[in-house]
Amino acid sequence: MSTAAPPPAKKVNLLDLEILSYRGSRSTLCAGCGHNAITERITEAFWEMGVSPWGVMKFSGIGCSAKTPAYFMSASFGLNAVHGRAPTVATGAIVANSAMPAIIVTGDGDTASIGLGHFMHMLRRNVPLIYVIENNGVYGLTKGQFSATADYGSKLKTGVINDTQPVDCCLAGIEMGATFVARSFSGDKRQLSSILKAAIAHRGLAVIDVISPCVTFNDHEGSTRSYQYMKDHDEPVHEVDFIPHFVDIDIEFDEGTTHEVEMHDGSRIHLKKLDRDYDPTDALGAIQAIHESKTKQEVLTGILYLDQDSPTLVDKLKVVPEPLATLPEHRVRPSREVLDQIMDEYR
Amino acid sequence: MFAGKQSVYSEDRDREGEPSLSTDQVVPVASHASVAQSDPLRRVVNDFSIQVATVNGSGSQTANSVLMRAIFQMGIPVSGKNLFPSNIAGLPTWFTIRVSADGYIGRRRDSEFFVAMNPETAQEDTMNLRPGSALVYDEPLKLNGLRDDLRFYPVPFDKLVGPVCPEAKLRKLVRNMIYVGVVGWLLDVDFDEVRKALVKQFGARKAKAAELNWNAVIAGREYAEKNLAKADPFFVERMDKTAGKIIIDGNTASALGCLFAGVTVLTWYPITPSSSLAESLISYLGKYRIDKETGKATYAVIQAEDELAAIGMVIGASWAGARAMTCTSGPGISLMSEFVGFAYYTEVPAVIIDVQRVGPSTGLPTRTMQGDILTNAWLSHGDARHPVLFPSSPEECFSMAQQAFDLAEFFQTPVFVNTDLDLGMNNWMADPFPYPEKAIQRGKVLSAEDLNRLGGFARYKDVDGDGVGYRTLPGTDHPSASYFTRGSGHNEKAQYSERPEDYINNMDRLAYKFEVMRGHVPPCEDQPAPGAGIGILCCGTSHYAATECRDQLARDYGTEAGYLRVRAFPFPAAVSDFVDRHERVYVIDQNRDAQLFSLLKMDLTNERSAKLRSIRYYSGLPVDAQSLTDEIVKQEEL
Repeated sequence: MSTAAPPPAKKVNLLDLEILSYRGSRSTLCAGCGHNAITERITEAFWEMGVSPWGVMKFSGIGCSAKTPAYFMSASFGLNAVHGRAPTVATGAIVANSAMPAIIVTGDGDTASIGLGHFMHMLRRNVPLIYVIENNGVYGLTKGQFSATADYGSKLKTGVINDTQPVDCCLAGIEMGATFVARSFSGDKRQLSSILKAAIAHRGLAVIDVISPCVTFNDHEGSTRSYQYMKDHDEPVHEVDFIPHFVDIDIEFDEGTTHEVEMHDGSRIHLKKLDRDYDPTDALGAIQAIHESKTKQEVLTGILYLDQDSPTLVDKLKVVPEPLATLPEHRVRPSREVLDQIMDEYR
Repeated sequence: MFAGKQSVYSEDRDREGEPSLSTDQVVPVASHASVAQSDPLRRVVNDFSIQVATVNGSGSQTANSVLMRAIFQMGIPVSGKNLFPSNIAGLPTWFTIRVSADGYIGRRRDSEFFVAMNPETAQEDTMNLRPGSALVYDEPLKLNGLRDDLRFYPVPFDKLVGPVCPEAKLRKLVRNMIYVGVVGWLLDVDFDEVRKALVKQFGARKAKAAELNWNAVIAGREYAEKNLAKADPFFVERMDKTAGKIIIDGNTASALGCLFAGVTVLTWYPITPSSSLAESLISYLGKYRIDKETGKATYAVIQAEDELAAIGMVIGASWAGARAMTCTSGPGISLMSEFVGFAYYTEVPAVIIDVQRVGPSTGLPTRTMQGDILTNAWLSHGDARHPVLFPSSPEECFSMAQQAFDLAEFFQTPVFVNTDLDLGMNNWMADPFPYPEKAIQRGKVLSAEDLNRLGGFARYKDVDGDGVGYRTLPGTDHPSASYFTRGSGHNEKAQYSERPEDYINNMDRLAYKFEVMRGHVPPCEDQPAPGAGIGILCCGTSHYAATECRDQLARDYGTEAGYLRVRAFPFPAAVSDFVDRHERVYVIDQNRDAQLFSLLKMDLTNERSAKLRSIRYYSGLPVDAQSLTDEIVKQEEL
């Protein structure tokens, strides 16, 4: 008998599951695509938060981003909808079963062009879900046309200069009713991970605009969505740390430099001050900061806006707590007496 | 009964200047034939139409409903049709009440009892009346100078309304109730029934308004008694043909069908003529679907940002297991096209009630048409086929809404219910709706226990030989419950696939599934005429004109015709049998492009298709029997 050391204990989460249970099929996107890093972060976030891997609904539209829900949490229910319309399908599904956490992964074509209307109305409704925008400023699947989030003056590989104003999804989010608005960078593992976990803990609509460079069509000199551009222009408004509700430890922090936010489920977000005072609960301040950053060619990242009080779509609908989807017949078909009564009214 | 009718109307088919079907005008051209020329003293009882011309927004709908309901309460079959503009106030509106002892409730081409309240159209309306018609009109319009072949009844409405309605701003609304009194007296309507109808119309909570309006009715009646001499032959007489019946519009009936189908999610975008369906359903849901203990709703309603979103939400909700629906009209259907194809390929149930109307944008959005038969049958890009149900009555609006949900969930596919503006927004006599005896059919859904037993499942595998796979719902607490839903490129296990064999397998199974539906959709209404050479085939609201036309052919031409009404696509086998039984089959369409005719041609063998003849009517008004009869007479050379 050899006396080899026992294998290292497997890393498991709250549900006693390894991260393997949260993985999906192999990505078919380009090597180095920002989206792959985001997929990794999403996988880890759900695993770390101990969400049941078959208890999540995943949605997407059309585009490179739309493929990614297949690359995480294979055990979850997924729906790859039509271009730009994932918010509508997700809204219907959430209304039918409001107990299920839901995530939409979209791109800038989905969100800012063909589905801009649905995006806006999803914001207005505060649909309780996580909305990740994999924002690379171009259409990848159709080979590199500008999208509506491309910055004014940015350059395509072909030399074409963008002469139209971009849609800023974070500004739209704050203006129109999203209750958790963040921007991040696919290359910032730590920040994105904390933001995603906070979004999972959030009750309401979490819009996360993630700058995710397209290595094939938009990673060149003159692009404002390249890895290099983000390295030079990423301007975090704070350092984000997330402490899940089930982690029962006191983390020391300096109240002078760190702002603690307690979430509905008991989780905590620590926002450590960098070189500015940033209050994510101040919508006007957030809007002003984003506008100012543009004039300085900075990309503000972090949790830009947080509102934990506004009711969600599901709150406003005042539906029974059980899923509408599976209510039994006696709760959804009125009685014979009711029909008789109605018929009498028309006699 | 028929004899009297013939003497009055036999001129119909000889009328000069009647436009051909394909160029039919909204306003019929006046002819020189007289309504009751042959015998002015002959009483025409319970067999005529009353038309009231007003401006919309003047409260005339209430007056018309009261008049119609009073006649209905006298046991006489009635139907009401509102011809209204796409406008809130101030444009011409015509309301027609057909009184028919024989129970014919389709539109008639002419009305012989006219009430002219709208100065804008009064002259033209008067010129269009047939000689011998009765005309109640607002005295200052001086219509009696226009013709000498009508029975004129001038009424000084403004003078009469003042004393009964001291509040000046209400006079516009109350004024119309005066003609109810005048017409009631002229036609011999039982005023006890008028009062009952009025009380019903206003309800107990508006007793004061009811009283005010009743005073206006009385003022009208008293004026008529003192100042008018009855000089026309039209009368109503009590019958017993409406006992137990209700009066209801198709949209309310559809809404009730959805309510009793156990709908849990309604998403909609306002559009005439379907908005009142959604609004009626919302009101019933609020009343009857709130959990007594918790005060919470067992349903959700979302007013969507557009029809794309409305159908997207239905698909999401149905995918997650809800009984979800939307209602819309043609323009909304166009927007739903891509999503409906998606639902077809991903096999997600959806119920879409399409209250059909005329064409895109402005134009005739408040006029009726069977405009979306072909569109809905094939909606989307690529290969797609969808079941379409064609109700023709409030009873069928109620039953087919329920069937649509059961079909959608059993066959896991979008199901259309094609009603139309005529059915949806007009008031119809109907039998009270029967309580659904069958349990709600939720289709093939696997639970966690099923998955434990089976070990797993393949979403798109035809296990039972009916083309329908088993599905699971999000939230099923089992590691192998989930599957990934994506468009056309998937294999039996719902895995991404672009392999030709997988695609073909899937397409063939979908086609087979559609074939299976033929035996499950609502069956045809078959009224055989043994030995008849010709048959008449139609769907939806063409029913009323078609069956009356059939009687006209038998009565006036001695020609018998078989009758088949299709209630659904895919067409059941009965359609082929019907075609086989006749030499020629006239297919009636309320659209220019012969949509039902074309769909039949695509579905039938060449031999059977060759027997089909097309009759198309597309004026924006509901088709009338005489127009059909004239066309068949022409084509048959009778």
